[in-house]
Amino acid sequence: MTQLERRLLADRVWKIVASTLAGLAILLLAWILWTVVWRGATALSLTVFTAPTMPPGRGGGLANTIVGSLVQVTIGLVIAAPIGLLAGTWLAEVGRGRLADAVRFVNDVLLSAPSILIGLFVYELLVRPFGGFSGFAGSAALAVLILPVVVRATEDMMRLVPGSLREAAFALGASRREVVTQVLWRAARTGIVTGVLLAIARAAGETAPLLFTSLGNLGWSFALTKPMASLPVTIYQYAGSPFDEWVALAWAGALVITVGVLALNILSRVVLAPRGKASR
Amino acid sequence: MNIELSEMSEQFRQRRADLGDPGETKTKISIAGLDFFYGDVKALHGIDMKISERRVTAMIGPSGCGKSTLLRVLNRMYDLYPGQKAVGRVELDGEDILSPDVPAAALRRRVGMVFQKPTPFPMSIRDNIAYGIRLGEKVSKSELDDRIEWSLSKAALWNEVKDRLHTSATGLSGGQQQRLCIARTVAVKPDVVLLDEPTSALDPISTARIEELIDELKSEFTIVIVTHNMQQAARCSDMTGFFLLGKLIEFGPTSDIFTSPKDERTQDYITGRFG
Repeated sequence: MTQLERRLLADRVWKIVASTLAGLAILLLAWILWTVVWRGATALSLTVFTAPTMPPGRGGGLANTIVGSLVQVTIGLVIAAPIGLLAGTWLAEVGRGRLADAVRFVNDVLLSAPSILIGLFVYELLVRPFGGFSGFAGSAALAVLILPVVVRATEDMMRLVPGSLREAAFALGASRREVVTQVLWRAARTGIVTGVLLAIARAAGETAPLLFTSLGNLGWSFALTKPMASLPVTIYQYAGSPFDEWVALAWAGALVITVGVLALNILSRVVLAPRGKASR
Repeated sequence: MNIELSEMSEQFRQRRADLGDPGETKTKISIAGLDFFYGDVKALHGIDMKISERRVTAMIGPSGCGKSTLLRVLNRMYDLYPGQKAVGRVELDGEDILSPDVPAAALRRRVGMVFQKPTPFPMSIRDNIAYGIRLGEKVSKSELDDRIEWSLSKAALWNEVKDRLHTSATGLSGGQQQRLCIARTVAVKPDVVLLDEPTSALDPISTARIEELIDELKSEFTIVIVTHNMQQAARCSDMTGFFLLGKLIEFGPTSDIFTSPKDERTQDYITGRFG
């Protein structure tokens, strides 16, 4: 065998191995999706979206858990997004030296912290001292989860803005605040929005941070000081229950959340997609 | 090269006759004993130079000679970067602009800058111009519209964009983008316009348009241009400074620099022997 033949053979072997492994990964994902869609679709009905959770044997749906999730994720986002945006901007534009390195390091640690730890942290901070589980504590836990993603996305996207654009704004006599808010944020906005959407998608699917914070609520209650239902926690509780109708509802809930997260991911791709030359 | 130079010298004689002495007008910017440091590295050594009002002053020299550094001192762009430091005296109309008492933002309203690569902001054509104006002035909508038309006309871009002022500026061609950046700079009505290799990213036709523009703009603005292109310096400047290794080797009327340079190093550079 000549050397060229050996190289071509190696090339083909690598190609087959890589294709097989890629196919395997896709197969596993498709399997999960198929199971969720099939089991979820059979359990899905209009009452899932209109009726709240009920005791076993009384039917019921998931309406209160869906609304509860929306409320907690929205409040979490309202808390985390402004802080994350400003912190990320500080890292990209102002922060220098060891303090910036420390902030960036802590943020990276937070980004990869197990979400159950975040739940326990908020439990100690907001649940125990105030004597009970609450929707606000759940929101706070989700905020802690969202925050590092927004910080990282903002910093990365602002660093991608060409330095010449910054200088051009400064050259017109703009102050640093004006350069940041009127030029840099605008240039980086698609990337930042994408980061925020992905953070929302992640927060919407988390169970662990909510287990010790908002706990769950079988009734139709959205008081922030009381325990509040959420979709992932309900799925967790129902899926492990001995009641067939609860297990079926858990599958329906899993489908709802999967479709929701998928929709957010697609939305973020649409936002990021170049619109002509405008978003270059 | 020599034939070109002799052709050019004929043009210079013509232009000198038109202008009188090119260095004759009032001094706009006076640079004295200017040193510049990037951290510990000294990039400019004792620069002395007088830049005349409403003239085009070109700075030429090989890469890394300090010409762009000097340009960035004139609007204190280096202020943005910790570790960069200018020592010496630079006066604009007699006022020391290196003094911390002069706010950099205020200085940059008087000394505008156009960069090597076109830098349109991600907004509409109209907003690109309006942005700079609104930063420093309160203007009514009709005044703003007038000023936008005035500046785009000055930059020879009005006819091409007047029907699409609300479309994104990033959709313009490179040459149009650069003229937009010139319009944005003159819209602020600065005294001085700094051009940092403004045509090095452009095709020859766009380059020619920008050079014509420079010639027209000098009736209202003092222009300082850094260029790698010696023909460009010869074509559109009145005064030329030749820089080498952070020093100003020779400075004088462009015709003298290109036809009878006094320094041997200038001679070598303009005849293409190095750089």
